[in-house]
Amino acid sequence: MKRLLILGAGTAGTMMANHLRHQLPAKDWEIDIVDEREDHYYQPGFLFLPFDIYTPEDIIKPIREFIPAGVNLINEKINKIAADKNHVEMANGDQLTYDILIVATGAKIAPEEIEGMNGSEWHKSVFDFYTFEGALALRNKLRTWEGGKMVVHITEMPIKCPVAPLEFSFLADSFFKHKHMRDKVELTFVTPLSGAFTKPKATDALGHLLDEKKINLVSDFAIEKVDEENKKIVCYDGREVPFDLLVTVPTNKGDEVIGRSGLGDDLNFVPTNKATLQSKAYQNIFVIGDASNIPASKAGSVAHFEAEILTENITRYIKGEPLKEEFDGHANCFVETGGGKALLIDFNYTHEPVEGTFPFPGVGPLRLLKESRMNHMGKLAFRWIYWNMLLKGTHIPFVTAEMQEAGKHFN
Amino acid sequence: MEKVIAGKTVSVNDEGYMTDFKQWDKEIGLAIAQEQNINMTDRHWAVISYLQDEYKKEVPLSIRKIRNSNVVDIKEFYQLFPQGPLKTAAKIAGIPKPASCI
Repeated sequence: MKRLLILGAGTAGTMMANHLRHQLPAKDWEIDIVDEREDHYYQPGFLFLPFDIYTPEDIIKPIREFIPAGVNLINEKINKIAADKNHVEMANGDQLTYDILIVATGAKIAPEEIEGMNGSEWHKSVFDFYTFEGALALRNKLRTWEGGKMVVHITEMPIKCPVAPLEFSFLADSFFKHKHMRDKVELTFVTPLSGAFTKPKATDALGHLLDEKKINLVSDFAIEKVDEENKKIVCYDGREVPFDLLVTVPTNKGDEVIGRSGLGDDLNFVPTNKATLQSKAYQNIFVIGDASNIPASKAGSVAHFEAEILTENITRYIKGEPLKEEFDGHANCFVETGGGKALLIDFNYTHEPVEGTFPFPGVGPLRLLKESRMNHMGKLAFRWIYWNMLLKGTHIPFVTAEMQEAGKHFN
Repeated sequence: MEKVIAGKTVSVNDEGYMTDFKQWDKEIGLAIAQEQNINMTDRHWAVISYLQDEYKKEVPLSIRKIRNSNVVDIKEFYQLFPQGPLKTAAKIAGIPKPASCI
């Protein structure tokens, strides 16, 4: 009996457990999945929780509900991966040996990377919305906040769901309008990049949104520290942005287990072949989702497309066949723009998001890179798809792992 | 689109960033630097080589990378390339500026 071990029962790990239990004969392969937590969070919901659009019940379910029969869920903390010995050391002293390891330990915020960020103002006037606790604390704050300077801020790239901070700004604009207090809020978007949009086609198509919504932009802002006392963020070049309410996306890092195991880069992301998803250091270790260092977006849709290719590659690896070098960085994301509208973007390593139709070339019904109510309905419907299809590894009809070029206006 | 820089025809995007790193050479880098009003010194070139090496390894550019580079500290980096040093240095190096997905 051989053992395949999956570390992390988030979006990517859970999908792999479901795919592989179908693929690998139970008489030959034991499959175990390890996660220290009991709850699975629908992370896209963290964007909606602060604005009272979703409730905690909408976005939390037990991990156990999504692990298929025939896969053991091990609810323990991991100490480290001993890759040279093909085993994982658990915090309780157990050793789990493996033939194949899938690392799906994700990414998480590290506010301690910036001086003053998670000090005395943390979750008082300085908030994140990339954790359940942060999003909930921000919801409670916004319920009674009377206005002032709201600053939405990205610390450094890469981050999970790179468009979420912009979506947050757009939803905040709608939220305050709806509460008849938009005139009491000065909304500013602060980014380390050269602008809110950085790709030429998206800049052309969407550049007007910030003006339209009266959101100020501060770009090329490399944060040095949060000045808690004077409530401002300070850039290395000396610029300062004052805030009453700072909504920041802290540095994102891979799990500390990766660092402790010596398997990561300086942000604890695992160096991974971007086309095959095999780790660069060990042939029997594969990496999926936010845990890897591949230059794709850190997003659930990316993990979904990766899962289809990784499943194939693991069966090939077991048979001793060459791996498929087919992962193209495909991502497909709904982007909330406020006022009950959203965009849809579809892109990969080599193609930036462009206008067009999706999923049927020339037909749609969804329009790419254009605001519409239908795209917003798509984003809301996606929560159902996530819980009922995506995690279970059910193929989403008409949406292929490799990005389609037909129906897109590249020129 | 194409542009003539230092007498050579190279591919660039709308913002003047080169789109084919293989076309880059030091004379082109120097000409782009002049457009940006930067007088290149050995220190500037040390940073440019570092960024190019990281780009070849597919490591994304960030201030953190600069801080941990042992080539230059953040203060000097801002002195060498004032105003948006990452995007300015990237342009001179013939590599894409740091970007998001849209």
